[in-house]
Amino acid sequence: MEPIESFTSRVVLLPAENVDTDQIIPARFLKVTDKTGLGDALFSDWRYNADGSPKADFVLNRPESMGAQVLFAGDNFGCGSSREHAPWALVGYGFRAVISTFFADIFRNNSLKNGLLPITVSPDVHQALQARLKNDLDAEVTIDLAEQALSLPDGGTVEFPIDPFAKHCLLNGVDQFAFLLGEEDAIREYEETHPPRVQTSKVA
Amino acid sequence: MSSSRTLFQKIWDRHVIRPETSETPAILYIDLHLVHEVTSPQAFTELRTRGLTVRSPDQTIATMDHSTPTTPRGPDGRIPVSDAQAAAQLQQLVQNCAEFGIPLFELGSEKQGIVHVIGPERGLTQPGMTIVCGDSHTSTHGAFGALAFGIGTSEVGHVLATQCLIQNRPKTMEIRVDGELHPGVTAKDIILAIIAQIGIGGGTGYVIEYTGSAIRSLSMEERMTICNMSIEGGARAGLIAPDETTFEYIRGRPGAPAGKEWDRAVADWRELKTDEGATYDAAVTLNADELRPMITYGTNPGMGMPIDGTVPNPADVADENQRTGLERALGYMGLAAGKPLLGNPIDVVFIGSCTNSRISDLRSAAQAIRGRKVAPGVRMMVVPGSQLVKKQAEAEGLREIFEAAGAEWREAGCSMCIAMNGDQLAPGEYAVSTSNRNFEGRQGKGGRTFLASPLTAVASAVKGCVSDARELTEEVRPTWNP
Repeated sequence: MEPIESFTSRVVLLPAENVDTDQIIPARFLKVTDKTGLGDALFSDWRYNADGSPKADFVLNRPESMGAQVLFAGDNFGCGSSREHAPWALVGYGFRAVISTFFADIFRNNSLKNGLLPITVSPDVHQALQARLKNDLDAEVTIDLAEQALSLPDGGTVEFPIDPFAKHCLLNGVDQFAFLLGEEDAIREYEETHPPRVQTSKVA
Repeated sequence: MSSSRTLFQKIWDRHVIRPETSETPAILYIDLHLVHEVTSPQAFTELRTRGLTVRSPDQTIATMDHSTPTTPRGPDGRIPVSDAQAAAQLQQLVQNCAEFGIPLFELGSEKQGIVHVIGPERGLTQPGMTIVCGDSHTSTHGAFGALAFGIGTSEVGHVLATQCLIQNRPKTMEIRVDGELHPGVTAKDIILAIIAQIGIGGGTGYVIEYTGSAIRSLSMEERMTICNMSIEGGARAGLIAPDETTFEYIRGRPGAPAGKEWDRAVADWRELKTDEGATYDAAVTLNADELRPMITYGTNPGMGMPIDGTVPNPADVADENQRTGLERALGYMGLAAGKPLLGNPIDVVFIGSCTNSRISDLRSAAQAIRGRKVAPGVRMMVVPGSQLVKKQAEAEGLREIFEAAGAEWREAGCSMCIAMNGDQLAPGEYAVSTSNRNFEGRQGKGGRTFLASPLTAVASAVKGCVSDARELTEEVRPTWNP
């Protein structure tokens, strides 16, 4: 994974609350066996008409959204299904961060493993940013992961929380898998004193 | 460490191989890993890329459920898969399981079924275990006092290779339900009422422990219905402390300990309860006596109300984003604010899914529909949770009851809960569904879902519109024993 550096971007405004992963990518797109190419299916049911043409009034189809790398979402973004296809689709489309007041647990975990930053802000900051974005389509934010800083279009900067281990991995371009594999001794030691609880071949 | 611990803390402590530090999360050992066709292919690819093997194939089990058709078998006894993409995905699971030595319940085989039905059914789900699966409804297994939660595909790879997960410790929430349920009110109504109360995001960051006399009096299958939908309130896991009901359910199942091992296991499982004096980070209470059958009116499981309630009015909601959300939901659902749902015409009734497809669900639905007919113009589907549930239901005569009423009897799978296997609503259709999600398009693009209990589903199927299950149960019924 590439290390994440500070970046500046315009913001796509999608303030709907409780956007579930079925909206981010509907289940019918989950019959794939790889993780690439899902960007076209992002928000499919909101984004396309029945004949496949783009819905002109959906925010991703508006000219000002082109090239934006940050999504502004409502509370509880990414709830529902555990499908990692949701961050794969967001990243595949070109998003690098989502701003919300809070994220569903599994979605947040999945995002951090795919270089997509879940940026949590307070309800006050959220409300003010939403108001600004509504009136200023060119407004930009800057996201600095090392400083955990979100620079707002009004010139202010707020700090956002992030799991320190995930931050370390993202900043250094190392993955969590390698860290776990490095714990072989501890895993073996645990297994030596804790016999397996089940034997699945016995019930098959 | 305090001497008083919650049930969650006890299970967590038993599985931590590296405790959390200020810089790194805890590393948690996983006792059982459940695998299905949709969220695993990319994880196996990752293993191949890194040249890794599956660490403990004997603590891993795979089934086919999400993208599998539930259409009747062909003359050769096989279930045809007409969708080429689904067929390729299923074939990939066969190859992956063969290559890495993982036991698999293949489509058409006698033990295939929904991943959260087969674990308990085979006796693999046991108290005090850690259980994961690339599926958010893994919370189901918490009914046994196991710490069970859904994970993403990257984490599926982690567990396949190391039998471990990197985890931050969640907070704990007690949801206490005391009192006694009225006739016609079920476990499904309890959990729909809980989610309506805490909201779809109310449990985010928490593991819920369900306590109280109303929970204790539930059967294991009812407890699974409750824990299953913990994720619909945002909680990754739900827990119920194991008791005699739990032990009796597990005893004698193929994966269960036997002989002296059984006695030792039960003695250990009796310790799995929250100590007196242990505290939770949050607490919620409900009174079962006050509960009525529940139904959802909107596009997330938190948008629920008593069956005889009226659809809320966006004009009464102060917050702008919340108001817009409710307006959008009612627009999608084609419902008017302030109106009752009772009497709203329906097109489809779906009985199935990892929430309500077990034998007791099918028995109660069959008992309610026996001697009645599905209303003209309504399609009713009954989809058993596993091949073994199907076989048992057929042996008990339930299939005949459903078919005599005009319902379809299907093969086992996720079916219309996920609409990626051929079973789905047409745009604009209304369904009363015993599944767990009413999100836009969840049961088919443009489809509109009312979540409810199997009894409410039957009452609605018979009348052809959203109906109150208490009207069915209040009628005098002849004695019936399956």
